[in-house]
Amino acid sequence: MKYIDEFRDGAAARALAARITAEAETGREYRLMEFCGGHTHAIFRYGIPDLLPPNVRLIHGPGCPVCVLPIGRLDLAIDLAMRPDVTLCTYGDMMRVPGSRKRSLLRAKAEGADVRMVYSATDALRIAREQPRREVVFFAIGFETTTPPTAVAVHTAGAQGLANFSVYCNHVLTPPALVHLLETANPDDPEPVRIDGFIGPAHVSVVIGTDAYQRFAEHYRKPVVIAGFEPLDVLQSILLLVRQLNEGRATIENQYSRAVVPAGNLRAQAIVGDVLEVRESFEWRGLGEVPFSALRLREHHAAHDAEKRFAVAPSRARENKACECPAILRGVKRPTDCGIFGTVCTPENPMGSCMVSAEGACAAYYTYGRHTVPAVA
Amino acid sequence: MDLPEPTSRPLKSRTLDLVRGRIDMSHGGGGRAMAQLIDEVFRAAFDNPVLDRGDDQAQLDIGAGRLAFTTDSYVISPLFFPGGDIGSLAVHGTVNDLAMAGAVPKWLSSAFIVEEGFPLADLKRIADSMGAAARAVGMQVVTGDTKVVERGKGDGVFINTTGIGVVPAGVDIHARRARPGDRILVSGTIGDHGVAILSHRQGLAFETDLVSDSAPLHGVVAAMLAVAPDLHVLRDPTRGGVAATLNEIAQAAGVGIRLDERALPIRAQVRGACELLGLDPLNVANEGKLLAICSEADAERVLAAMRAHPFGREAAIIGSVVEDAQRFVSMDTVFGGRRMVDWLVGEQLPRIC
Repeated sequence: MKYIDEFRDGAAARALAARITAEAETGREYRLMEFCGGHTHAIFRYGIPDLLPPNVRLIHGPGCPVCVLPIGRLDLAIDLAMRPDVTLCTYGDMMRVPGSRKRSLLRAKAEGADVRMVYSATDALRIAREQPRREVVFFAIGFETTTPPTAVAVHTAGAQGLANFSVYCNHVLTPPALVHLLETANPDDPEPVRIDGFIGPAHVSVVIGTDAYQRFAEHYRKPVVIAGFEPLDVLQSILLLVRQLNEGRATIENQYSRAVVPAGNLRAQAIVGDVLEVRESFEWRGLGEVPFSALRLREHHAAHDAEKRFAVAPSRARENKACECPAILRGVKRPTDCGIFGTVCTPENPMGSCMVSAEGACAAYYTYGRHTVPAVA
Repeated sequence: MDLPEPTSRPLKSRTLDLVRGRIDMSHGGGGRAMAQLIDEVFRAAFDNPVLDRGDDQAQLDIGAGRLAFTTDSYVISPLFFPGGDIGSLAVHGTVNDLAMAGAVPKWLSSAFIVEEGFPLADLKRIADSMGAAARAVGMQVVTGDTKVVERGKGDGVFINTTGIGVVPAGVDIHARRARPGDRILVSGTIGDHGVAILSHRQGLAFETDLVSDSAPLHGVVAAMLAVAPDLHVLRDPTRGGVAATLNEIAQAAGVGIRLDERALPIRAQVRGACELLGLDPLNVANEGKLLAICSEADAERVLAAMRAHPFGREAAIIGSVVEDAQRFVSMDTVFGGRRMVDWLVGEQLPRIC
């Protein structure tokens, strides 16, 4: 298939893998974090770790929006869905994520809640238009990629006077989470977090541009290579990172130049800026409170803000104590280091954030990489 | 015949709450939750050695020959889709479950559950389509039933069909016969039906010229048996797709399975739609495709017989059965790495980004 097969060519992959092996210095460990869940998924789906030398290690970051949503905020979505006047519209992969007391949107639907799976915020708007007597709530989650469509939906609802449409906003931001990973040390960690460089997000960077990462090179001295989601993109970006580290450089390089420009998508940024503003702090599942890391609706769109419209706020929910997700998300532990991985915690019955979506590190290990883990079956 | 003992599944999913629990979508999705529901509710209630074999059909000894006996219910939205409708599907699906034992399809029952307010013209269209499909495969619908439920209590029409066929002497096809060294074949492109249905589902319409592959497979099976009477396993990969079917076979036979991604026949439209929606073609349903497992010596002959038949033109050898105590299905990727091909978790749901 055109523009797909070119990026999955086995011969090109072997050539790139050979270059990485040749250029990676023996005796030196390269710890590279792919922030984005899309990259984690591609890495496992194509078996990329099999192609890398053992001293080039990939650390799977917290860039999966389903995984990092705190249980308390999911519980609130389920509560909203259970209200008889509400139709809750959600992306498909939120449906089976377990909340508190084994509840989920899937179970709420089976109990009679009006939960609709949608593919975009526009679908939710259409439902609001078709059912003027229902309170239609769009459960908005995701990074900078899914934020502009949410902003457009709020804008359109305002312009068309769709009074029954509101957004439960859980959009989060990539750069503050990266800062948090580099800045926070956890006293429980057996070793300090060490990340040598970042494989930068693909679609997120289409929106925010490469300029958004400058401080990681300048202030933190970490190389960042913005990478496409195809497996050859990932391999080439690993090679670029290895070269920067060998040469002692820390710059922002754009491997995904077929889609990403330095300033990003200015129109998308403008409409997001008009509709949404940064929250002072937001809880991330696995990371805790991260300052300035999420968005909410601005005051002049309060009528479409579900949290204000229904006067609700999320409560704190407890995580399983044995779960190692916080350490896995910071790259301190691997999924297989966790005592409940593959036994108590499985994709059918996830205990922690990394197991809930196919893009989470533990779910990807479990679904695509279990054959390499003889102890777990 | 030296068969391994049936074993329990390797991973315990959540416990089934038989007192307060409710059926949710994952119980019908073709994944582990469905297998668990079948194990703990239906297999426990209907307990008998024929059912316990877990094949697509019951094979009954009747003196010299054997009957094959199978039932299936059809709930599909939309009722009419490119390449077929619920009526033809209700015949093809049941014919195929019989054909997966090498059986010649003979008799069919049909039970309809119709929602109040359903247009009679549509009902006639479905019944006509069903009759035509049955005649085309040489089956007679010999008994039937119709129920009407209140508006809002059904989704238009539900159909159940039960089929009976005759297994020719000398044919012994079932999942537990998969042996290390055997080759795995598929009769054509995978994922066509699931993607064709998705493209016409409300709220997700996208343009494609793809049609469902819904088709009866007893003919291609007969052609395969003519050149290789000792076929080991036949299965039609419907819900849960090729991935679920191969995992079922690996579990039943106590073997591992190794696929070659480069050999998988997948149409460009199916790949494109799956890329866009974040789905894996290996998990997408088929209605007119079969997976066959035979000895390495028979493989090329069986492949040629499949390709000579109209419903097997794009057949391919896609992998091998291997020894593996953990019974994993894995795949060598186009990229040169290796990954597992796991069961679906509940229903296949599109990813956010």
